[in-house]
Amino acid sequence: MTDISEDKKYTTLNLGPTHPATHGIFQNVLSMDGEKIIDAEQTIGYIHRAFEKIAERRPYYQITPLTDRLNYCSSPINNIGWHMTVEKLLGIKTTKRIDYMRIIIMELARITDHLICNSVTGVDSGALTGFIYVFQERERVYEIYEEICGARLTTNIGRIGGFERDFNPVAIKKLKEFLDRLPKVLKEFEKLLMRNRIFMDRTINVGGISAERAINYGFTGPNLRATGVDYDVRNMTPYSSYDDFDFIIPVGTNGDTYDRFCVRQEEVWQSLKLIRNALDNLPEGKYYVDAPEFYLPPKEEVYSKMEALIWHFKIVMGEIEVPVGEVYHSVEGGNGELGFYLVSDGGRTPFRLHFRRPCFVYYQAYPEMIRGGVLSDAILTMSSMNVIAGELDA
Amino acid sequence: MENYEIIDMLRARFGDELLAIDENSDLLTLTVSGNAIHDLIKYLKEEESLQFNFLTDLTGVHYPEQELALGVVYHMHNLRQNIRIRVKTFVSPDNPAVKTVTDLFSAANWMERETYDFYGILFEGHPNLKRILNVEYMDYFPMRKEYPLEDPTREDKDDRYFGR
Repeated sequence: MTDISEDKKYTTLNLGPTHPATHGIFQNVLSMDGEKIIDAEQTIGYIHRAFEKIAERRPYYQITPLTDRLNYCSSPINNIGWHMTVEKLLGIKTTKRIDYMRIIIMELARITDHLICNSVTGVDSGALTGFIYVFQERERVYEIYEEICGARLTTNIGRIGGFERDFNPVAIKKLKEFLDRLPKVLKEFEKLLMRNRIFMDRTINVGGISAERAINYGFTGPNLRATGVDYDVRNMTPYSSYDDFDFIIPVGTNGDTYDRFCVRQEEVWQSLKLIRNALDNLPEGKYYVDAPEFYLPPKEEVYSKMEALIWHFKIVMGEIEVPVGEVYHSVEGGNGELGFYLVSDGGRTPFRLHFRRPCFVYYQAYPEMIRGGVLSDAILTMSSMNVIAGELDA
Repeated sequence: MENYEIIDMLRARFGDELLAIDENSDLLTLTVSGNAIHDLIKYLKEEESLQFNFLTDLTGVHYPEQELALGVVYHMHNLRQNIRIRVKTFVSPDNPAVKTVTDLFSAANWMERETYDFYGILFEGHPNLKRILNVEYMDYFPMRKEYPLEDPTREDKDDRYFGR
């Protein structure tokens, strides 16, 4: 750290709000001594859309599209996390088939999230090629989403109580093709960066944080695991039958940019394994639960059966009795523990809904992580922390 | 560690400050008085046998019909034994002051700023208590229930069918 004497003058540098290297809209006002960063002051909230307030006026099923727009690099995890929160409040038990289908989709989302983060870390260190390689694969994942739910980026995937339709044969075919192709691409991507001398010099011992500080700062996800703490919601508080599967939780040692990169990379391999296992062992059965009061009936029945029409009307108008209570449910999102704190007073909309957004919690450690470093390292640190503006500002 | 062990320890230590205990919710939920909240969080974090060393979440809730209408909800996690706990405290909107926990958890810094931003809860001793997501010149606390999401004076829309 540079010595701070009283008569010393520092340069103020605005990094953001719109800066090509920040991948989102957030501002950092840096005090610089030459190229050394002395301090940073963060401003966030540029794309705050008041989701928590909007959610207080919307029936439960209409909140799913809001969750899409939190971490938009892995929207399906947010959607399914929200469905599971409501199911927890309502006391709905999902079948194994639904659980496994959810795991497949959530792990696909995790793969895209990690691929974006890692390839962009590469881009910010000057290696554009790897980014192009893996973005092609992200596109394939979006094609799979498209087969399953019709949407690509903001997916609104699934329903409370299952899915709106089963995986069709095209989706399964695309999924299998993806599983065959990704390992090759991933190996190629790793060859470009993992042992690349320039990349290693740029990332090792850059933007590090100790495990103790990371826990104090509420870090979760790959950023926490890079410091050596093996906390993963998927195995600490298993949801959606994750406990049926065998997977490794990779951890780092230094908590620096390189460790974060490696942890994410290994998690992609683990996710691939999980998807393969889930797909091979996909149980037979229905893709939705038998809960007519919460799960929309098939459209043809709505037009031909009185009972289905009544349920349809009641669900759409939000006239279903919801139990009073409060639940906290969390899932392992792309960048950490994504929690939903839901308070219901029995009304048609939540009384209070709070999103525990992982990057809102850990991004506040950013000044501490870049202090004493140089600007170019600060850029890399930010991209490897995977701060997503939509999730940060909610 | 079982719930009753935690409850016994906290009862012995805090007595009447512990206002309510709810074991029927998804997590063990404690309600404590506003005076004791900082001590209780500190005790939960630092006591050798409790070790709730991770602050998962901190947020506010507004119950307009209660006298102490503003709630602060803390979710804590013991990462070693994997136990979660929820702690609540309620304050009056006339004097919504709660002691900060930023001295215990750095994570609380922005969480408390967010809670202040939306509910106006004043965290005493917070190093930088100012708005975080909303603009600085905003002069009300938007998540409080007295601010409806849509304009209540509109006449072209029958709001009865659209929730609160």
